[in-house]
Amino acid sequence: MSNLRWKVVTILAVFVVFFGLGVYPILAARYHIPAPGWLMDKQIKLGLDLKGGVHLVLRVQTDDALRLVTEQEMERLREELKTKNITVTNLDAPDPTHFIVTGVPPAQDSAFRTAANEVQANFDRGSGVNGTYTFTMRPNIAVNLREEAVVQARQTIERRVNELGVAEPSIAQQGADQILVQLPGVENVERAKGIIGSPGLLELKIVEGAPSPSKEALMVNGQVPQGMDIVPGAGSAGAGDTTTIYYMVKKVAAVTGQDLRNARASVDENNRPAVSFTLSNEGGRKFGKVSGENIGRQLAIILDGRVQSAPTLESKINSEGRITGSFTPEEVQNLSLILRSGALPAKLDYLEEQTIGPTLGADSIRSGVLASSVGLGLVIAFMLFYYKLSGVNAVVALIFNLVILLGMMAYVGAVMTLPGIAGFVLTMGIGVDSNVLIFERIKEEIEASRGVRASINAGFNRVFWTLFDTHIAALISVAFLFQFGTGPIRGFAVTLAFGLASNLFTSIFVSKTLFELALGKRQQVAALSI
Amino acid sequence: MHIFKDTHFDFLRWRWHAIILSWVLIIAGFVMYLSKGIPLGIEFAGGTAVIVTFEQPTSVQQVRAALDKSFPGGGENVIVQTFGDPALRQVMVRVPHVGGEQGTQLSQTKQQVLDALSKGGVGAFKESGTQIVGPAVGRELRSKALLATVFSLIGILAYLAFRFQFSFGVGAVVATIHDLLITMAFLVFFRYDMSLNVIAAILTMTGFSTNDTIVIFDRIRENLRGMRRDSLYQVINVSINQTLGRTVIVSGTALMTALALFFFGGEVLHGFAFTMVVGIITGTYSSVFIAAAVVSFWRGNAPTRAAAHAPAVSAPAPQQPQRKQKPQRKARAS
Repeated sequence: MSNLRWKVVTILAVFVVFFGLGVYPILAARYHIPAPGWLMDKQIKLGLDLKGGVHLVLRVQTDDALRLVTEQEMERLREELKTKNITVTNLDAPDPTHFIVTGVPPAQDSAFRTAANEVQANFDRGSGVNGTYTFTMRPNIAVNLREEAVVQARQTIERRVNELGVAEPSIAQQGADQILVQLPGVENVERAKGIIGSPGLLELKIVEGAPSPSKEALMVNGQVPQGMDIVPGAGSAGAGDTTTIYYMVKKVAAVTGQDLRNARASVDENNRPAVSFTLSNEGGRKFGKVSGENIGRQLAIILDGRVQSAPTLESKINSEGRITGSFTPEEVQNLSLILRSGALPAKLDYLEEQTIGPTLGADSIRSGVLASSVGLGLVIAFMLFYYKLSGVNAVVALIFNLVILLGMMAYVGAVMTLPGIAGFVLTMGIGVDSNVLIFERIKEEIEASRGVRASINAGFNRVFWTLFDTHIAALISVAFLFQFGTGPIRGFAVTLAFGLASNLFTSIFVSKTLFELALGKRQQVAALSI
Repeated sequence: MHIFKDTHFDFLRWRWHAIILSWVLIIAGFVMYLSKGIPLGIEFAGGTAVIVTFEQPTSVQQVRAALDKSFPGGGENVIVQTFGDPALRQVMVRVPHVGGEQGTQLSQTKQQVLDALSKGGVGAFKESGTQIVGPAVGRELRSKALLATVFSLIGILAYLAFRFQFSFGVGAVVATIHDLLITMAFLVFFRYDMSLNVIAAILTMTGFSTNDTIVIFDRIRENLRGMRRDSLYQVINVSINQTLGRTVIVSGTALMTALALFFFGGEVLHGFAFTMVVGIITGTYSSVFIAAAVVSFWRGNAPTRAAAHAPAVSAPAPQQPQRKQKPQRKARAS
């Protein structure tokens, strides 16, 4: 009998633990019962489809990151060639991982090779037939750069989302180059998308010559001069001016957004919204040098490839600056937020977007709960009707199963989605299978005129391996469902897996103990209500 | 109480009828699939779905008329349907992909739908949800779902081959593939969208179907030990009859929950619940009529003594007919 006592103690302990984890926090939140904070943190969370919010899937265009590095290396080589007085016909980067140097004079071939060794670390140099050299980014470098770009993009998005002040956002990498962003409670998708997806690339560049309304006028012999860029910008007539004028600027930026320490919304001298920024120490030194050398020239403030303004440098500037233009107060807020959180390493594509309004989520909860209650109610009613007192045993096992499953899900911090609720109910509906299997077997044994006690033992023993096999086979399917599924499907698979585990415990251990308790110490039991 | 007491149905006799019935359904489903295709949910097809809630009751026809008038390109390819309980006054407008839309343009279509509705004079409304899926996502999901199914079938085949015999593994897998095809056929008949939730239901249903099959196989394995002089045919029939009560009860309770989800679970779960209902019925049917029939085809109809080398058989039993008959009679009497 002490054996039985231990079983009861174990079962009660398991019940109390899982009840505390899974059910108590829900009751506490609903009826304002005090509960420790650590317990409330472990609550089952509602998925986006129930809570409402924005769900975005973005792809990082990692090619951008590679192109940037390739172009930087090409520019470095260009500078190097200039200082060594090697003249080549052209340098060009036709795709993200290659750049080609053409027209290296035969006399300077070895000098070129020496200079080119500078970029040897990241690029493989092709043979120089007819003075043409192709530089190819090493595959492992490319792979690393792509991975880094995705990680950086994720971190940047995290910073931006945090600045947005969203409660419990979820930002996760998905596959090789995708990022999943979930923003519960957010309804203004457009603002969220604008802030998350904005490149946020700030560059300060010295303007060469005077700006012009025509791109062609700035070119020399129909080409952009080497080491220069032509960037469009808004006309200088102030707000409402829709003409575009072009600036020729140095390709290499004096300062970029990476040198920023802070950015905040402010106003300019005419009281129009503007963004003020502060540079980091190193950025300030760089900027001080460049601005000191270029007093009297224009400085283009370029944001995402567009000149916002091009003030004339009056004096040496060290660390403070201001971006002016025709901004609304809200744009200024968003822009300073984006600049604070840093630039994205690459462009983002939106692959998927889902908005769930709060009413839609509430409807889902209501129908999910209703369907579950009806389903469970029917199963319980049937078991009581068909198995009489033994049905009570099955129902107790089922309630245990429910409580354990809720507790497990709370413990791992599972997210409850609508398909998750459906999986939950089905787990219960199919879970009584184990009880039915055992009860039917007990009936068979009793009809084969064995004693009640022996029949119960035989029923449980014989069915154990059947249950073992069915549960393992089900776990195999669930494992692959988890492996290949994403998001809500994964949650669903987790529910099923936990359901299988707790079902095995309740249908065998709990149910058998209940029978033993009911039979008590009597050696001869005449009949079983089954 | 007993639903089935001491039944002696000759299930295997019906195997040909069952197989023909299944083939008819599967082929009909396939023909319909070829002619009308399978409707893909937005996760797979891509496109834009906007759910709007109207302040006044608004019919699908009114919404459609508004779109015909003001949606760029007309409302031809646009699907309009009520979403959920009509009392909620929600309408879903779904626009398929128009081509290479990407990036920030993704939400353009949504705006066009909302503009068309505002211009179309269908009364005040509120946008309650949107789902926009780019074209690349669906392709990936489809291949993932297929892989998940194939791998779980291989896993189950391997496990049953290990725990029972290879023929049992084949039987279970054939029955499961059968269930998959039948369920797909019904999804095609009733024009349910193939969505992520439906895929989840299909995979759950495969689990349920194997579960049922294993219970019967387990009884066959047990009876093979006791009924060594009977043919496999008889052993299978006896085993199916012995487990019949359990099979029907479990399918019943599972069906109850699935039906509750179907009727009360709301719009989002409709496809999921429908798939489960069909899956539970066909899963039960295939466990009784298909799975064991495959085992008997695979192993031929030799007496079990010759064919059975079930791993659970401990030692070759002595040839004593009288002793051997006893457990069999007991098994039948139950």
